[in-house]
Amino acid sequence: MTNDNDNIMQALTNRGKAVNRAPMTFMERLYIPSILKGMAITFSHIFKKQPTIQYPEQKREFSPVFRGLHVLNRDEEGRERCTACGLCAVACPAEAITMEAAERLPGEENKYREEKYAAKYEINMLRCIFCGLCEEACPKDAIYLSETFAPANFARKGFIYGKDDLLIPDPVTDAAGFEKAQGGRVKI
Amino acid sequence: MTTILAFDWILLLEKLILIAIIVFASLGIALYTTFAERKVAAVLQDRPGPNRAGPFGLFQPFADGLKLIMKEEIIPNTANKVLFVLGPGLAMTAALMTCAVIPWSTSVEFFGRKIDLQIADINIGILYIFGVVSLGVYGIMIGGWASNNKFSLMAALRGASQAISYELAMGLSLIAVLMISGSLSLKAIVEQQQAAGNLWNIVYQPLGFIIFFICALAECNRTPFDLPEAENELNFGYHQEYSSMKLGFYLFSEYINMIMSSAVMACLFFGGYDIPFFDESTLSPNIAALLGFLALFTKIIIFIFVFMWIRWTIPRFRYDQLMNLGWKRLIPLALFNMLLTGAFILWKQG
Repeated sequence: MTNDNDNIMQALTNRGKAVNRAPMTFMERLYIPSILKGMAITFSHIFKKQPTIQYPEQKREFSPVFRGLHVLNRDEEGRERCTACGLCAVACPAEAITMEAAERLPGEENKYREEKYAAKYEINMLRCIFCGLCEEACPKDAIYLSETFAPANFARKGFIYGKDDLLIPDPVTDAAGFEKAQGGRVKI
Repeated sequence: MTTILAFDWILLLEKLILIAIIVFASLGIALYTTFAERKVAAVLQDRPGPNRAGPFGLFQPFADGLKLIMKEEIIPNTANKVLFVLGPGLAMTAALMTCAVIPWSTSVEFFGRKIDLQIADINIGILYIFGVVSLGVYGIMIGGWASNNKFSLMAALRGASQAISYELAMGLSLIAVLMISGSLSLKAIVEQQQAAGNLWNIVYQPLGFIIFFICALAECNRTPFDLPEAENELNFGYHQEYSSMKLGFYLFSEYINMIMSSAVMACLFFGGYDIPFFDESTLSPNIAALLGFLALFTKIIIFIFVFMWIRWTIPRFRYDQLMNLGWKRLIPLALFNMLLTGAFILWKQG
């Protein structure tokens, strides 16, 4: 191991291996033993466990911090939490969020939690990078990222999600749907 | 007039039915061989393979066939139209013609007639197979040339030179088998292996079998000898300009070739329809024929599996390596094997 290279270049790891440049022996030149060895390896793979997940039927467990499509949250009385403050839109690095604010009218107290609400709330899912900064920016816990992902559509228009697509089911009328949509992700 | 009437018309009908059954059965088996190839590849690579179309994906080959038929048929502007269409047809015909002399089993008895489960027991059976297999090269050659595409032409040239080089070694390794059996008829070769006191030819000709097997891989254009289809060097190979079912014919003929060469290997070296360690003559002829066919079929399936197993294990040969192996290794080895067999036969005769 005392060749000239040692003086010039220091080995970075101890895993280096000298290349064997010796001419092939007769057995090696026959190739058949090594071919049989290779075939034994492939044959042994028949009995290996397949890591495949049959996707639409079977789903992989997500990590608790997985960031999927957005959900607009409601409080336990079914009122929308969003006040259209626009902090999420400001925080969004992809500029995917737009909204229009409106004032709550008398008699709408059961629909909106505070005096101001988002009349229009749109997220362009093609622009969104699912960074979760909107979730972090929101002071009202009104938006969070769910485990739903891979939306599919035939038109670009279909990827602009409005309030119909984003709002969580009402806990008063559809408690099960609300629970499912939150999926233990909302920590208030 | 009397000579025409005296002709055994029922024999003609019998043979026609047998031809129809064998041709359609080999097409059906080839269909499922494509499916098996995908499944074997998948299993060897820790994947489940196609499993969506029907139970266990069993309808997949039909879906594939439908897809190929429904696709747009493109004939390039500058291609030679007649030859372009002839190419895949010839490849398919040559592949199917091989099945004429293969003895699928002994004979069955129906309505007092003895029906041989072999389309034609000609006394030059194995020569016929060699001739037809050589014709198969024309399918590749014509297709590649008529496409008027340099990659296709290169692939076709490779295919032709490969087939010629390996046919030589194949023929020489076969001569040793013929020296033992003393007949060119496949049926006679099988019956000779089946006879009491005789072992399968693989016992007498292990070296010959290895040479024959390697050459069969090359003749079928299977990996590691699939140089006519070397995608990374030739885009796609000799069938690059083909689309729709014409492409399907080329791909299909490869699988039929595989089945037929498996059948020939089973007949020449592994006793054909002989059931190992079992005397069929104690059974009634119909059951013996059925069991014999199943035995041959099992042998064919095992061979096809080995073909696939090799394909998904070994990388492709380089062109000069291919030629070196064919001319400098296999042919001398086959000649040596022939010499050895001859010497052995002479020594036994004393």
